[in-house]
Amino acid sequence: MRWSKVPSTQYSVQSSQRKIRHWVLSTGYWVLLAVTLLAAAPAPDERHLSVYSPVAVYSLPVVERAGRDYVGLLELLEPLGRVSSELNGRSLRLRYNTVDAEFTVGRTRARVRGRDFDLAAPFLIENSRGMIPLNSLSALLPRFLGTPVSFREISRRLFVSDVSIQPSFHLDASTPPRLTVTFSAPVNPTISTEPGGLRMLFKRDPVVSPGSSSISFDNKTITHSEYSENDGNAEIDVAATDPLMASFSADRRTITITTIQAATTAGTPANGAPSSAAQNTLPPGNPAATGSSSNASQRVLAVVDPAHGGEERGAALSDSLAEKDVTLGFARLLRHELETRGFSVLLLRDSDVGSSLDQRAAAANKAHAGVYISLHATSQGGGAHVYTALLPVEGANKGVFHAWNSAQSQSLPNSRLASAAIAAEMQKRQLPVRVSTASLRPLSNVAMPAVAVELAPGPGGLADLTSANYQQRVASAVADALFSVRDRVGAQP
Amino acid sequence: MIPRHLLIAVAALLVLVVSMGIYMGRMRRRAGELESPAASSLPVAPPASGPTETVTLYVADDDAGVLRPRSAQIPLPGGRQQRAEELLRTLLRIYQQPGATHPLASTADIRSIFLVDPGAAVIDLNAAFADQHRSGILTEQLTVNSLVETLATNVPGIQRVNILVEGKKRDTLAGHADLSDTFDVTTVVQAGSQ
Repeated sequence: MRWSKVPSTQYSVQSSQRKIRHWVLSTGYWVLLAVTLLAAAPAPDERHLSVYSPVAVYSLPVVERAGRDYVGLLELLEPLGRVSSELNGRSLRLRYNTVDAEFTVGRTRARVRGRDFDLAAPFLIENSRGMIPLNSLSALLPRFLGTPVSFREISRRLFVSDVSIQPSFHLDASTPPRLTVTFSAPVNPTISTEPGGLRMLFKRDPVVSPGSSSISFDNKTITHSEYSENDGNAEIDVAATDPLMASFSADRRTITITTIQAATTAGTPANGAPSSAAQNTLPPGNPAATGSSSNASQRVLAVVDPAHGGEERGAALSDSLAEKDVTLGFARLLRHELETRGFSVLLLRDSDVGSSLDQRAAAANKAHAGVYISLHATSQGGGAHVYTALLPVEGANKGVFHAWNSAQSQSLPNSRLASAAIAAEMQKRQLPVRVSTASLRPLSNVAMPAVAVELAPGPGGLADLTSANYQQRVASAVADALFSVRDRVGAQP
Repeated sequence: MIPRHLLIAVAALLVLVVSMGIYMGRMRRRAGELESPAASSLPVAPPASGPTETVTLYVADDDAGVLRPRSAQIPLPGGRQQRAEELLRTLLRIYQQPGATHPLASTADIRSIFLVDPGAAVIDLNAAFADQHRSGILTEQLTVNSLVETLATNVPGIQRVNILVEGKKRDTLAGHADLSDTFDVTTVVQAGSQ
């Protein structure tokens, strides 16, 4: 007898149910995966319109509707003058200063100053706000503002009145070469160094092309510069074969670009804001070599300020440890380290007493110190955090009087030099370090190179904050760094 | 002997009382459940409605010591001042979530923002924002930079920012970051980009 395999009906139903379940599960899985990927995908690049006018500099988001670029009308006008608007059904009535206008949703015809005006695309309303096509700005805005407007549509930069800043280039081809870029008004670019050159990004300055977008220099080190505009920003790239750094002068109207090596040997690096890369690479110098070149009779006075004290405990670093106690112990060690390197040291408190921030700044200023070091402590991060004041750099020759809140401005270049030197010494000792800026008093009130050093836990955790050995390592790094730059930070009169 | 109809009536009344008791108990429990969220100390802000917009929030990361730009889709009201307030409240909610990279107190709130022409903004924080803020140069500065940069990036024309606490000037946020002076937007943004 032979048995043959007969397909069972029950088996076939179970099989098809299993198939359906499998199909539903796999479809669900792929749908879920697709939704997750879509949610996690980065948002498309936002585009901006930069507006430069004598009263305000700002940027606005640009949105695309039906293949055309639009920008918010109220957002565009609000920073420039007094604006009021009324939305009545599909019509938006708007008043800018004394100018009346009316726009209708979906229509290109508008009325401005009582006369018809044709937009390049229909007027839109989104979220109760009127949107106008970008390429109508150059014709529409003069009707509101009564002044000429220049709009660069490709780079999305709008100039109201004559606010543009023109750069001019001058290369001093001596060895080492020095490129001076002079602007017709103060500028504040973001400067970054990268292999093969230096980039200046003007996000808020109405910088325009120097005439030609590419300028070649007859020099082997600094070869050429390129000007470009994109997404509301202007950019100047300087190409070079050696690493470059930039410094500001003449009230930020002049940027001098030179090689890092040349700047450090000439001792002129930081009459302004060196780029972040330059700060990191700036060699602090050899203490022994610097010491031998300095005049032994000129002792630099260092003011060491252990923050907090008395009733003002500072941060609670643990249940029983207050910041004021750590800063005092650390300050005593730093005083010893500085004194052994030939500094005179003024400790602003040597016990658990409190004094106001103004009193501390006044004491440092009255002493005409060469450098001021504010000491703090934190339970977060590791190693040390070194801060300079969060202030704009001011040019020299501002007179003998300084504004109290920005007294530090003129000394900022040398403060940054000291900060970079401390970071370099910390790194030499394999101690983590972070360099940053902070709106911190009395740092901003002292008229001398000034840094704040915030002691953070070492590899041993919070216990390191009170460890004499750990504090000694950090204090020694700070003292070595200040010794290496003592010729720059100033001598006691 | 008690009449039969009276017994039935009493039994029906008893069933009614018991069922009413059970019903009341359930209603009270439900009312208690509804009341509990209102007792929360979280700040209550009227939700904005309408179409959403893409904004860039600058979110502080304590470990890295930096601000990280983050795009968010949020509904924003029409007025410039209300937009600014909603923007910073959205930022605040990120910091109040469990596991935030820069935690702030759950009771911290923005009382209001005043936009003063030309180009000045005043942020008024509530007392809990400052009183319960962690103390330290980095953490306080990150909070300030995050507020200033987020506001200036999304509300056009702001060049200077002042920060008040409960409508009054305050020396520092939590012992370090100076709030007595005006923050220059360009300087703050540039410090963040370096």
